[in-house]
Amino acid sequence: MRVIKIDKKDWESGVEKLSGDYSLYGPVKQGAFHNFAPLEKGQMPDLDYVNTRLSPKSVVYPQCETMFEYTLDENQPDHHVNKEIPKDYSPRAILGIRPCDVKAIDLVNINFDNPQYQDPWWVQRRAALTTVALACNNPCSTCFCTTAGTGPFDDSSADVLLADMGDYYLAKVMTEKGEALVGKAGFDQDGSAEAGAIDDAAKAAEAKITSKIETGKLGDKVTTELYDADFWEDIAFACINCGTCTYLCPTCWCFDIQDEVQGSDGCRMRNWDTCMSALFTLHGTGHNPRPNKTARVRQRFMHKLKYYVDKYENGIACVGCGRCVQQCPVNIDIRRVCDLMNRFEPGKECA
Amino acid sequence: MQNPYLPIPVRIDKATIETEDRNLKTFKFVYVNPEDEAKFQYKAGQFGELSVTGKGEIPIGIASSPTEKGYVMFTVNKVGLVSSALHNMKEGDIMGIRGPLGNWYPWERMEGKNIVIIGGGFAFTTLRSSIVMLLDPENRKKFGDIHVVYGARSPGMLLYRDELAEWEARDDINMHITVDGTDDPDWKYNVGFVPAITEEKAPKGDDDTFAIVCGPPIMIKFTQPVLDKLGYKHDHIIMSLENRMKCGIGMCGRCNIGKEFVCKDGPVFTLEELNSIPKEY
Repeated sequence: MRVIKIDKKDWESGVEKLSGDYSLYGPVKQGAFHNFAPLEKGQMPDLDYVNTRLSPKSVVYPQCETMFEYTLDENQPDHHVNKEIPKDYSPRAILGIRPCDVKAIDLVNINFDNPQYQDPWWVQRRAALTTVALACNNPCSTCFCTTAGTGPFDDSSADVLLADMGDYYLAKVMTEKGEALVGKAGFDQDGSAEAGAIDDAAKAAEAKITSKIETGKLGDKVTTELYDADFWEDIAFACINCGTCTYLCPTCWCFDIQDEVQGSDGCRMRNWDTCMSALFTLHGTGHNPRPNKTARVRQRFMHKLKYYVDKYENGIACVGCGRCVQQCPVNIDIRRVCDLMNRFEPGKECA
Repeated sequence: MQNPYLPIPVRIDKATIETEDRNLKTFKFVYVNPEDEAKFQYKAGQFGELSVTGKGEIPIGIASSPTEKGYVMFTVNKVGLVSSALHNMKEGDIMGIRGPLGNWYPWERMEGKNIVIIGGGFAFTTLRSSIVMLLDPENRKKFGDIHVVYGARSPGMLLYRDELAEWEARDDINMHITVDGTDDPDWKYNVGFVPAITEEKAPKGDDDTFAIVCGPPIMIKFTQPVLDKLGYKHDHIIMSLENRMKCGIGMCGRCNIGKEFVCKDGPVFTLEELNSIPKEY
């Protein structure tokens, strides 16, 4: 790791130099909210934002993507055979991603890249990605990252971490990918003398995060007892199974596979899916192992806060970005659910 | 990079109607590219995703045995979009298979032991794979006594009827075929539900005896108390589950029960394992 200094007056020209070597993504204002989007040539990421409406997971994991193509025309030699299609794995960089969102990509990676199976599209897109994270000087009231395994200045997953110091950025270059990017941007002013200022800013930012969760006892709970806890009806009571939480969550990875045909040309697609949908688990017989909204709400929280914890021993599958807390139309709050789960003692229940 | 979602192209070599309601068909597939057979080396109890272009994929247990070479066989119940399309396909048509997927019945652990196979209805497919594998002379000598309790609603709803008759005639396997009821005066096997026949015919449970149970939920529900009564320990009761699936490789997120994915960590679990996870199946 080394620290460099980037004067803000040099930022734009550096970003412009990158656009030849990378497809660039960054936060841009769309209506009333920010979202991550591809940056046009000359377009700058709008770094004056707190958090984006949607997480940036679509850069590595698009909401819809074609898996294979085929023809149903029996006069064609390869009819009815799925064929791989060329995909773009050229270098890409996300500028101004928040540290929690970079951390989320690492959490999800466990699902898509494991010793037994590798999802080829996820793995190759992630390999092509360089992340330039922007540390949070002013987290929002719904952020609880410091107790969700990350933090406003977390540099453990990013390739480069930028800290906004007013007229300039201090950048921690964490990886070889990060070195390659700052090299191409021409950022090379030594900032090591000011490295301590990053730590000071981190401490100040962390102190502003007053929203906290306790997760230490989740691993010790007996799964079946937690599953049968009496608070699930209460938690799910207002839920309308809209799925908003799953679509904007940076760590939700579930997908559906569907075939689409036009004329004799077809393709197999994968699309983000949501465990809030009844169809998600519906058997062909009509039997549904998660037959009601309470079962589905319980699945989402048990997955993030218990099943993932037990399966991977890698902490919770939540980075504390607060998006679901902000945008749930009925105010279901994962911090409260986590608290109930962590405090749960069978026989001594109170919601 | 190996793509685990890409189906292997196969040709429908033979499609056979199995049951009198014509809802179950057995498909024998041969590999379009013969070298693909080496990629599809499976064990009894595993499943595959059957891929019909334009419709989608369905997870189906492998009904052929690893000892049957040159083809792979699946018995499919007609219930939804893909299975209905498959039922309408004809011999010679091209489709795809993906796998083998999931784990298998714990043959390594069961070596030298007695095995009781308990099946009901059309969940008999991976059990057929198991029986054919066990009866192969090379394998038969590795296991103790073999009992099979298999039931269906009526004689015409039993799968693989010719093979059942062959197995009945053998002395190295104890067949207990049953139907819920029949008015066929020539029916020479049992009449009664699977749990009752199990109680009557299955050997007592001990350290050297395993039960493999695969059937509809109602059969499982009433068979389990019988096995408890017969003295089977829960780590000696082997079950195969099914849940809605898409990817079959533990990534799409829908088939989990607790922290286990039915597709990748299962579909085979011991009852002891199932006791520690929610009953979401």
